[in-house]
Amino acid sequence: MTPVPRARLSADTAAMDRRDAAWYVDRIAQWLVFAGGVSAIVFIVGIFVFVTREGLDFVLGSLNLREFFGSIAWRPTSNNPTYGALALIVGTASVTGFAMLMSVPLSLGVALFIAEFATGKTRETLKILVEMLAAIPSVVWGFVGMSIMNPLIIETFDVPVGLNVMNAGLILGLMAAPIMTTIAEDALKAVPDSYREAAEALGATRWEVIWKVVIPASKNGILAAVLLGVGRGFGETMAVLMASGHAINLPTSPFDSVRALTATIAAELGDTVQGGNHWGALFTLGILLFVVTFVINLTADIVVRGIGKE
Amino acid sequence: MFTATPRNRRSYRVQNVARAAFFLATVALVIPVLIIVATLAVKGGPAISWEFLFTPPRDNLTAGGIMPALVGTIWLVVVALLASVPVGVAAAIYLSEYAPDNLLTRTINLAIINLAGVPSIVHALFGVGAFVLFFGAGTSILAASLTLAVMTLPVVIVATRESLQAVPPAFREACWNMGATRWQTIRKVVLPNSISGILTGVILEVSRSAGETAPIMFTGATAYIVFLPQSVMDQTMALSYHLFYIATQQTGVPEELTFGVALVLISIVLLMNAVSISFRVYLRSLKKW
Repeated sequence: MTPVPRARLSADTAAMDRRDAAWYVDRIAQWLVFAGGVSAIVFIVGIFVFVTREGLDFVLGSLNLREFFGSIAWRPTSNNPTYGALALIVGTASVTGFAMLMSVPLSLGVALFIAEFATGKTRETLKILVEMLAAIPSVVWGFVGMSIMNPLIIETFDVPVGLNVMNAGLILGLMAAPIMTTIAEDALKAVPDSYREAAEALGATRWEVIWKVVIPASKNGILAAVLLGVGRGFGETMAVLMASGHAINLPTSPFDSVRALTATIAAELGDTVQGGNHWGALFTLGILLFVVTFVINLTADIVVRGIGKE
Repeated sequence: MFTATPRNRRSYRVQNVARAAFFLATVALVIPVLIIVATLAVKGGPAISWEFLFTPPRDNLTAGGIMPALVGTIWLVVVALLASVPVGVAAAIYLSEYAPDNLLTRTINLAIINLAGVPSIVHALFGVGAFVLFFGAGTSILAASLTLAVMTLPVVIVATRESLQAVPPAFREACWNMGATRWQTIRKVVLPNSISGILTGVILEVSRSAGETAPIMFTGATAYIVFLPQSVMDQTMALSYHLFYIATQQTGVPEELTFGVALVLISIVLLMNAVSISFRVYLRSLKKW
C-alpha cells in the first residue's frame, strides 16, 4: 500500500477557497465521508451501550459476583434461579485452549511455509485455499462437527459422546487457523529481505535464517496473530453451540461435553421473557464477551504498533 | 573447495526437517477442508434438484424444498448491502483520502478492528437491543439486515480502502494540478480506477453475510414460514438458520435433506468467494501501473 502523499493537503487550503458550486459539493462530500469514517466509532460504542442497556438492571439489581464467577449452577429457569457462569467460562476456555494447542503450531507452520518456502504458483494457491477455509460459515462447521466429527470421535476413541471439548476444539482450531496464518504471514513478510540476505551471506541455511533472524524480528506480529486467533475462538458461537455438547460441566478430559458463554446466549435468548432477570443475565454474558474481546483486540493492536516503533 | 563439513550437513538436515514439517502443517490444514467439502457434496448431492431449490418445505420441515430460505437469504443480503456499502465506502474514502494521522483516525481504525472482532452473538444482542427494541423495527428483515450490515462493515471498509490506496498518488496530483477539488478528483479519478477492487470487497461481503447465523436468529429469521417475504418488515426464513434449525431443533429430518441444505449454503458462499478471488487475480494481471 502506497500512502497518499501529504502534499495533497494543499488542495483545500484557503488559496483553493473559490466558493463555486464545485467548492460547496466538495465541502458536503468531505462531511459525508467524515460521517462514514466516524460511524465505525459510533457503531462500536453503540454495541457497548445497547448491550449494557439491556443488561444493566440485572447487573445493578441481581448480579452476585461471587455466584457469577464462582458457581457452576446456571439455573435461570428454576423456581429459585441461580446465575453461576463458572462452568460456561471454563467451557469457553477449555474449548478455546484445545483449539489453540492444535491451531497455533499448525497456523504458524503454514505461515512460515507460505512466507519462507513456497514460491510462485504454490504460494498463491495456498493463500487462496486459506482464504476459502476462512469463508466456510460457522453453522456449516457446527453441522460438520455434529454429522461428520461426532461419529468419527465415538468410533476412534470408543467414547459414548462425540460432541465434546475435542470436537468443538478441533473445529474451532480449523476456524481460527486462517486469521492466524494470514496475520502471521503478514508479519513475516514485513521483515526486510536485507535481514535474510545478511544472514544467508554469513552461511546460514534457510532454517537458521528463519529461526535466528526472521522469527525474532517478527515476534510481535506473531504474538498479535495468536491473540486474534484466541479472540476468534473465544467469540465463536454457532459451531461451538452445535459441536460442544452444550452440557453444563467442568470438563476433566477432552471427551467431556461443555457449554460455552456464546452458545448459552444463542440457545436461551429466544425463550426468554424480555426485560426479566434471565434476559438481563444473558446480556451480562454479552457484556463480558464484549469486554474480553475488546481487550484482546486492543492488546493485539498495541503489540503490532510496537513493531512500528522499533 | 566447498566440501560440506559435518556441521553444514547437520544444518541442512535440520532445514529439510523444518521444511517437511511446515509442509505437513499446510497439508494438515488443507486436507480437512477438502474432506469436508467432498463429504457434503457426496451426502448432500442427491438431495439437490430443481424441486428442492424452488418449492417450500413440507411436513414440518422434514420434506420438500428450501425456496423460502433461499429467497429470504437473498433479501437479507441485499438489504444489508444497501445499508453497509454506502457507509463502508464513505468510511474508506475518508480513511484513504482525507484522514490525517491523528488520534481520531487511530480510534476509527481500532473501532474497525473491534467491529470485526466482536463475537457474532454480541452483534446479535446489539441488534436485539438497538434495532428490534429501541428503534422499533421488531423482528424483521430490516432489523436482521442492519445487524448484518454493522457486522460486515469492516469487510467493505478494508477492501475499499485497499483498492483506493492502490491508485497511484500521481493520478491525484495530476488532477489537482488541473484545479479540480478533492471531491472531483475522487469522483472522476480515484473511484473509476478502484471501482473493480471495491466490487471485490462487496462480493466478499455477500459471501460473509449469506453464511452468518447468530446475528439473524433473534432479529428477523424464523424457522418455518412458507410465504415469501413481501416487505422489509416481514420475518423470513434464511438458509443458515434453516440449517441450524433442522440440524438441531427438528427431529425426523432425513439426513440427506440436512446435507443438501449445508451443500447449497457452502456452495453459495464458496462460489461468491471464488468469484471475488478470481476477479482480484484478474484485476491484478490487468494493472497498468
